Amino acid sequence: MANFVELWVYLAATPLFGLTATLSVYVLALAFYTRVDQAPWANPVLWAVVVISGGLLVAGVSYPVYFAGAQFVHFLLGPAVVALAWPLWQRREVVRRRWLRLLAASALGASAAIASSVVMGWALGLPPDILLSLVSKSVTAPVAMGIAEQIGGVPALAAVFAVLTGLVGAISAKYLYALLRIPTDAEGWLARGYALGTASHGIGAARALQVDEEAGAYAGLALGLQVVLQAVGVPLVFRWLAAA
Amino acid sequence: MPAIQGFALLLVLQSIGELLSRGLSLPVPGPVVGMLLLLVALNWRVVREPVSACAPFLLSHLSLLFIPVAVGITSYLPLLGTYWLQLLGVIVVSTWIGLAVTVLALRRFAPPPDTPDAPQTKEAGRG
Repeated sequence: MANFVELWVYLAATPLFGLTATLSVYVLALAFYTRVDQAPWANPVLWAVVVISGGLLVAGVSYPVYFAGAQFVHFLLGPAVVALAWPLWQRREVVRRRWLRLLAASALGASAAIASSVVMGWALGLPPDILLSLVSKSVTAPVAMGIAEQIGGVPALAAVFAVLTGLVGAISAKYLYALLRIPTDAEGWLARGYALGTASHGIGAARALQVDEEAGAYAGLALGLQVVLQAVGVPLVFRWLAAA
Repeated sequence: MPAIQGFALLLVLQSIGELLSRGLSLPVPGPVVGMLLLLVALNWRVVREPVSACAPFLLSHLSLLFIPVAVGITSYLPLLGTYWLQLLGVIVVSTWIGLAVTVLALRRFAPPPDTPDAPQTKEAGRG
């Protein structure tokens, strides 16, 4: 028994543990998600995070030890963002014809999300550093951290808010779209995917890619555009607001 | 083989993107610069073929790649403690507002059906 404990202590501390846990729990969560017909509530990111976090707490493994292994998965986010050019390139004709409309929808959606979160947060009495960390929550976590740093928010909180925003969008968009009577024809999928990528970045785009290829492609476009718009625009607007 | 060549290409473009982003202190992160570069580079067949063998696989498991960051939430639970209810309310409602405004704006701006402006539903060679 003592040997087993020693072995476990050794294994839990190697990068192998974090990597194995991430991949195997994801495979199980994905199998479950497929089994229930990709029901939004069965979102694989949500359940994998719940199971892994619970496991870490029970086993007494700290996040840095887990991340030492999980970083190999995390690292792939970079090339995956580059790869988003592929579905986009395939739809270059549509994008070329409609770029102005797409850009306008992006800017409107982002402004509405940012303004509503800041106003509501302020009305509910959130402290300023938390409010400023909410601003960048519609962009993918690593970029959200950079923006928060520039405008005086807390980068770590910004990453947490970005992940939660992604999950909320991925889980609830389907019902919101049904309520708004958005159709499921080609034009409807374009709008559904694009809005998910705009409001819920990569986690939303991942959901869109699972549901419909067309929606996924436009979600990728929207999240890329959102990164550029917010990384450039948000610090500028805040500098201007601070000066005014 | 093409898949691994495609992966190497993605890494090369990301590296060039990081160099440009840091070197010129652009506000846009390296991978996004890499994405824009790939968008241009896809016009060449030598780039297109390997990337088409790798990108769809990587993108089909995009959700997996967010798990390590997302598990980090556990480290900030005590910090969120006092405000969790307000934060949850703000995040849920503002995300719905963002989704609704974007989707309705796009519907509003959409060209009428059966115009050449309507999106293509099928395109050859899509992965």
